[in-house]
Amino acid sequence: MDTTTITATVDAKGQSCPGPLVSLAKALKNAQKGDRFELLATDPGSKSDVPSWAELSGNELLEASEADGVYRYVVRKS
Amino acid sequence: MATTETDLSTEFQLADLLQRVEALEESDGKRIEKKNKLTIIAWGGDLDRIWPTTILATTAAASGMESSVFFTFWGLFAIVKPDVRVTGSNWMQKMMSVMNPGSAQKAKLSRYQFAGAGPAMFKKLANDHQVAQPQELIETAKDLGVRLIPCQMTMDLLGLKREDLLDGLEEPIGAATAIAEMRDAAVSLFI
Repeated sequence: MDTTTITATVDAKGQSCPGPLVSLAKALKNAQKGDRFELLATDPGSKSDVPSWAELSGNELLEASEADGVYRYVVRKS
Repeated sequence: MATTETDLSTEFQLADLLQRVEALEESDGKRIEKKNKLTIIAWGGDLDRIWPTTILATTAAASGMESSVFFTFWGLFAIVKPDVRVTGSNWMQKMMSVMNPGSAQKAKLSRYQFAGAGPAMFKKLANDHQVAQPQELIETAKDLGVRLIPCQMTMDLLGLKREDLLDGLEEPIGAATAIAEMRDAAVSLFI
């Protein structure tokens, strides 16, 4: 994916539940519809929590990957 | 003869159908529209209750759900200002406040309290794992628009005044309003 389209990166590495989601929600609060955010987390719980969050909040999860113990997600504000 | 039988059976079927439609219409009128909302009745003031309460309320709000917490009985002590020592106007209320020091910071564990060593260890673990503590989660909850609602009756019972409680709370409400909160919430919990 073209990384230039990312509006901002939310670095929630080290944070535990519900830290990453709270950080992401705060970042999205004043964002525009269609803005893309990258979320970085080390909490393994985020693997299930970020997709659940997307389903609950109606935002779109575009990407989910893991490298060297860091989970990376790209979400689009709906 | 055959024609009459058919007419009768059609008539019965029609009457039966009408009855069913009426029953459906009646039940539809009683149906409640649930909102995409979480309501928690925070009854317990223990650290191991107030913690999940604040985590769930905050996460729901972060997920775009409407979220509200109704603080009643021991739960109310968790939203007393940390610098408020003794509350109440008579000796019973004062004694109650001494036994239940206010604020989430001073909440005790329901088990493994070990004269304060339990919560200290718990908080150390939480700190190491960067889990936000209840008092921080209460602030985050307010930021995210979670409605924190004190129970008027318990406030009166325990002698807690509006100024004893944290800032940024909703107006105190009664049981009926709490039930109204729960009735239209898709998820309601008693913790």
